[in-house]
Amino acid sequence: MLVYLIRRLLQSVAVLLVMSVLVFVGVFAIGDPVEILINPQADQAEIARARAALGLDQPLWRQYALFVVNAATGDLGRSFVHNVPAIDLILQRMPATLELAVTATLFGVLLGVPLGLLAGLRPQSRIGKSIMAGSILGFSLPTFWVGLMLIMVFAVQLGWLPSTGRGETRRVLGIDLSILTLDGLRHIVLPALNLALFKLSLVIRLSRAGTREVVLQDYVKFARAKGLAQRRVVWVHVFKNIMIPIVTVLGLELGSTIAFAVVTETIFAWPGMGKLIIDSINLLDRPVVVAYLMVVVFMFILINLAVDLAYSVLDPRVRLSEVKG
Amino acid sequence: MTAEIVPVAPAVETPFRRFVAEFCASRLAVAGLVGLSIILLVAIFAPWIAPQDPYDLRQLDVLDGRLPPLSKSMGGKTYWLGTDDQGRDMLSGIMYGLRTSLLVGVGSSFFAMLIGMAAGLTAAYVGGAIETLIMRIVDIQLSFPAILIALILLAVLGQGVDKIMIALVAVQWAYYARTVRGTALVERRKEYIEAARCLALGKSRIVFRHLLPNCLPPLIVVNTVLVAGAIALEATLSFLGLGLPITKPSLGLLIANGFAYMLSGKYWISFFPGVALLATIVCINLVGDQLRDVLNPRLQK
Amino acid sequence: MTANQPTLSVESLRTHFFTRAGVLKAVDDVSFTVSAGQVLGLVGESGSGKTVTGFSVIGLVDPPGRIVGGRVLFKGEDLVGAGEERLRRLRGDRVAMIFQDPMMTLNPVLRVDTQMIETILAHDPAVGRSAAMERARDALGRVGIPSPDERLRAYPHQFSGGMRQRVAIAIALLNRPDLIIADEPTTALDVTIQGQILYEVQKLCRETGAALIWITHDLSVIAGLADTVCVMYAGRIVESGTVDDVLDRPQHPYTAGLIGSVPSRNRRGVKLAQIPGMTPSLLSLPPGCAFRARCARADDACLAEPPLVIPSPGRGLRCFHPQADAR
Repeated sequence: MLVYLIRRLLQSVAVLLVMSVLVFVGVFAIGDPVEILINPQADQAEIARARAALGLDQPLWRQYALFVVNAATGDLGRSFVHNVPAIDLILQRMPATLELAVTATLFGVLLGVPLGLLAGLRPQSRIGKSIMAGSILGFSLPTFWVGLMLIMVFAVQLGWLPSTGRGETRRVLGIDLSILTLDGLRHIVLPALNLALFKLSLVIRLSRAGTREVVLQDYVKFARAKGLAQRRVVWVHVFKNIMIPIVTVLGLELGSTIAFAVVTETIFAWPGMGKLIIDSINLLDRPVVVAYLMVVVFMFILINLAVDLAYSVLDPRVRLSEVKG
Repeated sequence: MTAEIVPVAPAVETPFRRFVAEFCASRLAVAGLVGLSIILLVAIFAPWIAPQDPYDLRQLDVLDGRLPPLSKSMGGKTYWLGTDDQGRDMLSGIMYGLRTSLLVGVGSSFFAMLIGMAAGLTAAYVGGAIETLIMRIVDIQLSFPAILIALILLAVLGQGVDKIMIALVAVQWAYYARTVRGTALVERRKEYIEAARCLALGKSRIVFRHLLPNCLPPLIVVNTVLVAGAIALEATLSFLGLGLPITKPSLGLLIANGFAYMLSGKYWISFFPGVALLATIVCINLVGDQLRDVLNPRLQK
Repeated sequence: MTANQPTLSVESLRTHFFTRAGVLKAVDDVSFTVSAGQVLGLVGESGSGKTVTGFSVIGLVDPPGRIVGGRVLFKGEDLVGAGEERLRRLRGDRVAMIFQDPMMTLNPVLRVDTQMIETILAHDPAVGRSAAMERARDALGRVGIPSPDERLRAYPHQFSGGMRQRVAIAIALLNRPDLIIADEPTTALDVTIQGQILYEVQKLCRETGAALIWITHDLSVIAGLADTVCVMYAGRIVESGTVDDVLDRPQHPYTAGLIGSVPSRNRRGVKLAQIPGMTPSLLSLPPGCAFRARCARADDACLAEPPLVIPSPGRGLRCFHPQADAR
């Protein structure tokens, strides 16, 4: 178990390093920030001074080395545009994104699993077919377009819910949260629903497919032959088996939810990290882009690790001690 | 089973016919196939059937800008789906946009499939360190969401049809590689490959004539899903302003153009391109879903 | 319950599957009885309908399958018309089932104790968890599982195939059922384990006085275990009677063929008899005797449905041309 954990951690650090090189080299190629930062009338000396101040006159490998050393101490550079540490900008925006992603995931699971189970148990019934049709639709609907439609219907036409911003927040443990105030809740409904749509479809599909395979298994028939009530067969015997892939996929999806929040945040002007990165790409604010990517990569690695652990808890066949490979 | 030994009488039911029959068992899937065919035809023949060439600025009249659906132009033409802020006929815009979207989606999926197939087959058949290396890259890449990778790449590469295709290929090849390797590994252990080996057939013959055809069913399914994914991703990136240039708007860009006017109630500039995009993706997914059910031996009765 | 009432009496049972390709008569006019303490062997090739017969008894036929006729009298009560809740109460309590593949019958993500205790609590919630645990432990001990305390907390994948089948048997026996339906429980096991399991089941049934239906395709198992035997072919029982009677003096050509195709030391060097052809598809079953295409004795008479005849007391036969003596 411990050996496995250490192996996984080492692996994670390796991935982090590889990604940092890729990200750094990749982002380095985005234009020359000095050109947009500095007064167009500035002379050569002034430009050179600006480059030196930003560390851009150093060779690439040295910039990278400096970046890694600084990153290890939590310093991911200063934003060219805002002139504050990039990591501060990211961390400041992170709670909003996390809150949105977690709310969306909850929507997805709490609605998706029961619907998927139902559709899987009665694949031929009208309700099973309509759930599936809904899920196909949900899969096909491009997130950004659904966001627009939600705004159009609920904010513009009906005027029920606000379409931009976080609304009133309440500070808990130094983090501002929207879900704790009524106004905040009203603000989070549309974006969370928008972000949840894909996940909901995914969960429905996974639980339906899982259910269809599991109910054909002998152990389900055996459970029925033991005289268990239908409720127990479904919610214990079937449920426990289908949850294994769902938890795995959802865990991994949490990462992509955070990434996809880029779209939702742009549409609903939700002040999270995603909106920040789009703005930063357009402004060539290199340290912020790099910092964002590094933070997201780091979160990903953490999430993957957590999912692996959760997986082994759920599926007794994959106890960690047995995972040697 | 004994079935293989007994000579089968010339069957009326060929595998292909059974496949067609099973596919057609779902009316929804057939509808999807019909819809997809129509969309493809519209996209291919757009220059001949569209009322207007939306790229030809001489045909546009800014005075016709932002007209609601069914309005008449100054010249007496009817704009069935309204016009955008440039006075461009939305219907024509959508037809041309479909072309771009489909071209980008299908094209990049195709290249991704070639690369992924090569990588997957290599990994499965060669094995050893090469397999480990390829699959590690695939694993790492797949642990990151497509949009994130595409964002980085586009931030680096800039805009353009070629750029976005590179980004989409880079995002998708890993899915193909994993699918192909997975099936190839399973197939490789089966007896017919053993048999082919015992016959001392050449490696390339075994891989291309024996292994590859048997890996195709899952590949076809993955392919439909990924083409839809590519189209949606391209639209999303264009919407974020990171995709295609304004000169050849895809559906995503058309939708983005309309976003600004949405809050003032001019829904049609975003709505109709969205419907076209949605219809395309839904049809592809319907077909793909049914294909998966038909091709999945585990669900066969 | 009167003394001579059989535990289970199946009368003209018909279970059909309504598939897209047509109606599949998996069980067609099947009748048999089995009494307390008795073992009935149900023999047939794969696809002959023996498993479906077993599932029909406890009402576990899944769509598109449906019982379309006949009666299943369990201690006098007809289960065919019984409600789902009534059937549920009987299942696992009065009528238990053991499945073919022990690798598949236990839920992989639930511990063995969970799977045992739920069987007790589903029928008698008043027992309580600790008492149920006690009974589970006893049951594991009875089927010959060493250190049951430890094994209770294990997951199915930590058991070997034979051990898993013992667990499945222990679960079946937990509530001391009156009837056990064992669907080829030894087919998937090694021969040595087969013998052990056979012995255990036989012993336990004798102890508890349960009636046992043993479904198999293996005549040699039946020979050593069963009191009576029913031979199924294409959804029908073609011959039935006491084990000695049927195995020693088979009258249906199919039974004779089955017996002839079992290799035996006494007949070494002699060409093994085979039944030519293969089991017909139940979908396109022609009228008349289903076996006639493979039968050496078939003639035009066999185009008609062979009726059930009783050649001697306790025997049943569906054939126009019974063999007087097969050997």
